[in-house]
Amino acid sequence: MFAYIVRRLFLMLVTLFGISVIIFVLLRIVPGNIVDILFDAAGFVDPADKANLERELGLNQPIVIQYLHWIGGLLRGDLGYSYVSEKPALQEILPRIPITARLAGLALLFSASIGIPLGVISAVHQGSKLDYALRVVSLSGLSLPSFWLGLLILMASVSLFGTMPIFNPNPKTWLEAITIYAVPAMAVGFRSAALTMRITRSSMLEILRQDYIRTARAKGASEASVNYRHALKNAVLPVITVIGIEAAFLIGGLIVTETVFNIPGIARFLVEALRWRDYPIVQNIVMLIAVVVVTVNFVVDMLYAAIDPRIRFGD
Amino acid sequence: MRSVQALAIAVLSVLAISDVSLAGEPKSGGIFRIYHRDSPGSASIHEGSTYSINIPFMPVFNNLVIFDQHIAQNSTETIRPELAESWAWNGDNKTLTFKLRRDVKWHDGKPFTSADVKCTFDMLMGKSPQKFRQNPRKSWYDEVDDVTANGDYEASFNLKRPQPALLSLLASGYTPIYPCHLSPAEMRTKPVGTGPFKFVEFKANESIKLVKNPDYFKKGLPYLDGIEFTIITNRSTAILGFVSGKFDMTFPTEVSIPLLKDVKSQAPNAVCVVEPNNVSTNIIINSSGPPFDNIDIRRALALALDRKAFIQIMFEGQGDIGGTMEPAPSGLWAMPKDMMESIPGYGPDIEKNREEARKLMQKAGYGPDKHLQIKVSTRNIAVYRDPAIILIDQIKSIYIDAELDVVDTAQWFPKIARKDYSLGLNLTGNAVDEPDQSFYENYACGSERNYTNYCNKDIEKLFDQQSEETDVSKRKKMVWEIDKKLQEDVARPIIFHARTGTCWQPYVKNVTIMSNSSYNGYRYEDVWLDK
Repeated sequence: MFAYIVRRLFLMLVTLFGISVIIFVLLRIVPGNIVDILFDAAGFVDPADKANLERELGLNQPIVIQYLHWIGGLLRGDLGYSYVSEKPALQEILPRIPITARLAGLALLFSASIGIPLGVISAVHQGSKLDYALRVVSLSGLSLPSFWLGLLILMASVSLFGTMPIFNPNPKTWLEAITIYAVPAMAVGFRSAALTMRITRSSMLEILRQDYIRTARAKGASEASVNYRHALKNAVLPVITVIGIEAAFLIGGLIVTETVFNIPGIARFLVEALRWRDYPIVQNIVMLIAVVVVTVNFVVDMLYAAIDPRIRFGD
Repeated sequence: MRSVQALAIAVLSVLAISDVSLAGEPKSGGIFRIYHRDSPGSASIHEGSTYSINIPFMPVFNNLVIFDQHIAQNSTETIRPELAESWAWNGDNKTLTFKLRRDVKWHDGKPFTSADVKCTFDMLMGKSPQKFRQNPRKSWYDEVDDVTANGDYEASFNLKRPQPALLSLLASGYTPIYPCHLSPAEMRTKPVGTGPFKFVEFKANESIKLVKNPDYFKKGLPYLDGIEFTIITNRSTAILGFVSGKFDMTFPTEVSIPLLKDVKSQAPNAVCVVEPNNVSTNIIINSSGPPFDNIDIRRALALALDRKAFIQIMFEGQGDIGGTMEPAPSGLWAMPKDMMESIPGYGPDIEKNREEARKLMQKAGYGPDKHLQIKVSTRNIAVYRDPAIILIDQIKSIYIDAELDVVDTAQWFPKIARKDYSLGLNLTGNAVDEPDQSFYENYACGSERNYTNYCNKDIEKLFDQQSEETDVSKRKKMVWEIDKKLQEDVARPIIFHARTGTCWQPYVKNVTIMSNSSYNGYRYEDVWLDK
């Protein structure tokens, strides 16, 4: 097991190194940098001023030197300075992480708490009107883009209640405090809930046809016990895997949701930073996301290995 | 009896007047909440070239002089003293001297003196050891030889030649006075001014907060306790925010005509105004190579435009046709209608113009069987893309088949500078309704913003002549002739001048939207909330 962990850790470091190189190079392949953007709109550009700023930001250095400078800083805990705000990148990134984490956590919670029970109900009542209705709901969840759903919620909110649940850093009531996260979490989690529901349904249908379920019924177990104690317990494993994958994909959905609900999270900040070619911000945020995903994968690998010994021996 | 009646009328009149004045009495207090369309790159007005910076940070500063904040049309007659008590030109119109106020303090408590004026303009002219990261309006001061401080409370601008336009440039929202004792880097992140509001914080992509300056030199002002800008990049969310009452005002001049209808239907009490904003939509032509090195093809292009159709489609008729200078009545320098209609392509008979254009295209070797294939490049922003599509449709009528080439904003200006385009659709905003700013910036030989590299030495002489002319009516005629010539030369065909909307809640008082600039009307020192 120890050798397995060491191997996995080494692989994790190699992966992170590869990601760091890809992020760094890709960012610089994209045409235009912050200096171009700052000067382009201005007109009357003095080429000497432009060169000075490039020198000041270190953009005139060879790409390898720039990379080593970044990685060296990263290892020392120095993420550099934002080109735009001229504040330390860490100071810009850190306060935004909890906002997005809260939103992502709530979205996943919504997805699981809605998707799994509805998936079970749909499977248990396969072929009934309820099943068809729930399948339509899940299909619509997969089809509706979250930005559109978000706007629809905002419009309905303004029209029905005369207010809208966009972000407010200082909510006045506890209801507002919950609403500013819960509503966008629902908008972004709806798609994920639909997917979870479909996976739960198909997984449950497969399990419900197994011999041991028939045996449980033959032994006189109640329907609830069969469905929830015997079937769901086994059916939920692929669902958890899907939720794990969804967590990684969630960042894409959060970008638009944070924009529509005006939430100052990390996802929207990443897009804005990319627009400005604010390299220190973009590369550090993407690296942070990469570290999270790679670490989660590592933990999952460890769990698999702990649960199924064939994995660690076969690897 | 008559005298009793007269007395009664007089008493009633006085009562009525006092009642009106009481109803309109400004109230102090409250936070003015506005949404902001995007996150400005910095807080330094001098280093910016977008009104995304002017609007939130103009309340932090003062100028030497400023356009009257409650007269929509900026002109030399509406210039008012601000940090200057008075100003005077000397006899040969080559020295402009300002007497400065003695009761002004920076927000950090240091006194304001003429040294601050000198060092602001030394930095703008590139003469100071302290440098701006970028200095987009350096050319505004090309005719200023130097700025001298005559004691602590007088400053003089010494010019190389007379330039009456200088006063208007100094009155723009783009020309605040900066403190000498702070670096440009500090001004980008934590600006310190003398203005009615102090800077509190700027959270990128989130908010900008300003608070009342209790030591403002204009006693009793400002009325507001503060101003908060919430940065909302999604336009639909922003408009819904205004409709739901989360904001007191929309981002100025940012509501399109179709959106304005939505706002009025959902918030019928909102006060909305539509004003021209001195931004022209124009065509930039790369005449350095084929096919547009051929003047016939350039002229054909100018003749093919149906400007009214652009305005009808994009603004439901609420736009203006004009030359380089903003059209009348809001524009001060617009050429008369009959003069404008004498320019090829501006006449009302579009079909006749296009027939003429087709003849020119045939002369250049194109026709129904041989179409010219080009790309129309433009920025990937709706206000650029939409007219580009209409343009492509219109030039089909003169045997030009164009494909839309949408360019990322970061790549737009480098692409134009590389001359990597044949035809481009561009927007040009003018900070001041002033020919010096417009002509030199966009049409002078070698100017960085002269994207097409149009260079006509004869016209450039005319630029200088009009710039020196102190008689306004004479200068106007010179400006008209220049503008006409620029259009005839197809230097940068102007398609239309846009109008845009601004809305605020009915309890917001004393907001005036400027009608010939989007850059100058945001001091907000006497705005108040009737709540």
